[in-house]
Amino acid sequence: MKTLSFNKGIHPKHHKAYTENQPIQIIKPKGDLVFPMLQHIGAPCEPIVKKGDTVRVGQKIGEAKAFVSAPVHSSVSGTVKKVTPMLHPNGSQVLSVIIENDGEYTEIEGMEPRGDSSSLSRETIIELIKEAGIVGMGGACFPTFIKLSPPPDKKIDFIIVNGAECEPYLTSDYRVMLEETDRVVLGLKTVLKLFPKAQGIIGIEDNKPEAIKVMKAAVAKEDRIAVKVLKTKYPQGAEKQLIHAVTKREVPSGGLPADVGCIVQNIDTVVAIHRAIYRGRPLMRRIVTVTGDAVKNPGNFKVRIGTSCREVIEAAGGFKTEPGKIISGGPMMGIALFDMDVPIIKGSSAILCLSKKQTVIEKESACIRCRKCIQACPMYLMPLELNKYAIHNEDDFFVKFKGLECMECGSCSYVCPAKRHLTQSIKTKKRSILANRKKS
Amino acid sequence: MEHQLIVSAAPHTRSSETIDRIMRDVLIALLPATIFGVFNFGLNALLTVILCIASCVGAEYIYEKLTHKEVTVGDYSAAVTGLLLALNLPPSVPFWIPIIGGAFAIVVVKQLYGGLGQNFMNPALAARAFLLISFAGIMTTWQLDGITTATPLGMLSNGLTLANPIGENGMILPSLLDAFLGRIGGCIGETSAIALLIGGIYLLARKVINWRIPVTFILTVFVLAFLLGGGFSLSFAAYQVVTGGLMLGAIFMATDYSSSPVTPIGQWIMGIGCGFLTVIIRFYGGYPEGVSFAIIIMNLFVPLIDKYTIPRAFGEVAR
Repeated sequence: MKTLSFNKGIHPKHHKAYTENQPIQIIKPKGDLVFPMLQHIGAPCEPIVKKGDTVRVGQKIGEAKAFVSAPVHSSVSGTVKKVTPMLHPNGSQVLSVIIENDGEYTEIEGMEPRGDSSSLSRETIIELIKEAGIVGMGGACFPTFIKLSPPPDKKIDFIIVNGAECEPYLTSDYRVMLEETDRVVLGLKTVLKLFPKAQGIIGIEDNKPEAIKVMKAAVAKEDRIAVKVLKTKYPQGAEKQLIHAVTKREVPSGGLPADVGCIVQNIDTVVAIHRAIYRGRPLMRRIVTVTGDAVKNPGNFKVRIGTSCREVIEAAGGFKTEPGKIISGGPMMGIALFDMDVPIIKGSSAILCLSKKQTVIEKESACIRCRKCIQACPMYLMPLELNKYAIHNEDDFFVKFKGLECMECGSCSYVCPAKRHLTQSIKTKKRSILANRKKS
Repeated sequence: MEHQLIVSAAPHTRSSETIDRIMRDVLIALLPATIFGVFNFGLNALLTVILCIASCVGAEYIYEKLTHKEVTVGDYSAAVTGLLLALNLPPSVPFWIPIIGGAFAIVVVKQLYGGLGQNFMNPALAARAFLLISFAGIMTTWQLDGITTATPLGMLSNGLTLANPIGENGMILPSLLDAFLGRIGGCIGETSAIALLIGGIYLLARKVINWRIPVTFILTVFVLAFLLGGGFSLSFAAYQVVTGGLMLGAIFMATDYSSSPVTPIGQWIMGIGCGFLTVIIRFYGGYPEGVSFAIIIMNLFVPLIDKYTIPRAFGEVAR
């Protein structure tokens, strides 16, 4: 079968066998829940509850004051214990609301179906998505309502649902496609309602034949939705690469998918849209894959946002062997945690626990100019040169060699035979150049 | 802390690719040519190979010890340089030539410029050029089956032709087939085009090199030899391709990672430039063979080539 793909990229081992056949289990949190006010790209939201307040499931606890922001809702009922900076999975301290779970799960009133997407107006749907605090759940966490409100001069031709799940180990999107197939379709249809001329495409990598089968069956009668089979290759699910694979269109540098008539949504995001419309529920839970060779019972879990990683790992049976690394997300782009007491947030797709054996950091040696990084870079960059300029602080050359285009996918570091920290150095230099530009 | 967790930047997984695997692959790819060279030229060729490798590895070890650097002979790169140098030497060289050559390649060309990945010229070829200029007599004495002979390219420049292959002094220009198989005079590892091609296919299959430099290099020589060789003879053009150091140079020397361009367009320029210079030197220069000099001249342009052939980034399109 002919599969669609972007150019270049790498073929890491999938490691999906740990969890791909594990049905989604529901975890009920026991301890306190932590809700960081920043779980998205943009401005943090402001807490609207204070110590001692009683909150219920679905109650808004963080208000989005800025335009690029997303509100945060409580996923449990209980009492606000504290509003204070807490450790965020990204390693920084972020103002968070801590809620003591009363275990009752009393819901606020009014979490009811809002109607059918065909009966609701465009404005209402976007407002509901905004108020539900929905963000891109693939990891980038960009507020979804902004993505769905492109400038009026941009004609949207394709709504692409990202079922590539190209990160090794991750299976949460896969399980959602199998178990919540209809909700994916209904969620996508809701988005298509906003763009009457757009075609819906669900892109799935060919290492997930079951998902391709069920999704194809589910959209068989939908004339505006098609399932496209993608080649299994990393990073097939990166937004620009996915658009290129599916439409052959190239998002211009510095531009947005809307510039080429596309909007990309993650699988779990589409399901969150379904819940916001058809059940009136804000974003309060997500599917998390707990996996890796250090975990006793790897699996996929439906987790209430705010639950601590420690509880989620315990739900998977705890550790089988001493963990060497605990990663929030996948092995290619995830963040290594130094503390298990951080909450699951809207973008936490996985908790990957690797044994000491798997986490040996090999010694960096000199670059031999083998070009493997150039052959791997999906942005067509020259990581070996960027690494050199980053280390030597030659910012002008770094920019001339297009270092700012890097999307930090990790492919160059993955293939490097000299085990150089290419991605890390480029990422750091990129951040510092952008920060300096902001200052001046 | 209950667990000692490692915190490092993504990615958290690496491929199994290593430098020594790549270098080992190059050594494996050179085996057919090496074995053929020993078979063709006898035990002195084997001794030369051993001495070159020992000299390169030894020089690297001693240099790194003396300069208190980490010893990197375990990555096989010095061994690759040694073997390539040996294959670029005449089979009858005295024992001290490999020793001087190996030390020059490693210390002067590789280590003084920063070690692996930093050499601006192919170390083996630079050493060969150094030896050729310093010990011209030894480096241009060719023997086959115990008899002093000339290389096919040398015979061509002395007036022999494919149509008229027998010279006044009794020298016979080998046939195209003999030249392809390698039963001819020349450097230890350069004579058998077929053995070198087998190694080249192995390197391509293992993705150690890509096709651009070797193919453009060889094709350029073929086309220019056809056009400039006089008589527009396809067999003459083919003869130019399978003789001399072209196969060895195009497959193993011009593709040296540190001294060839990293960009795809740059690799085209490298291949075509090497081919062009080779033909110019062979046809119009003072030496009958020009591959080594062509490559080391092109080596000097590599930083410039890379600088002006930065590939288009994904997304660099008109809005």
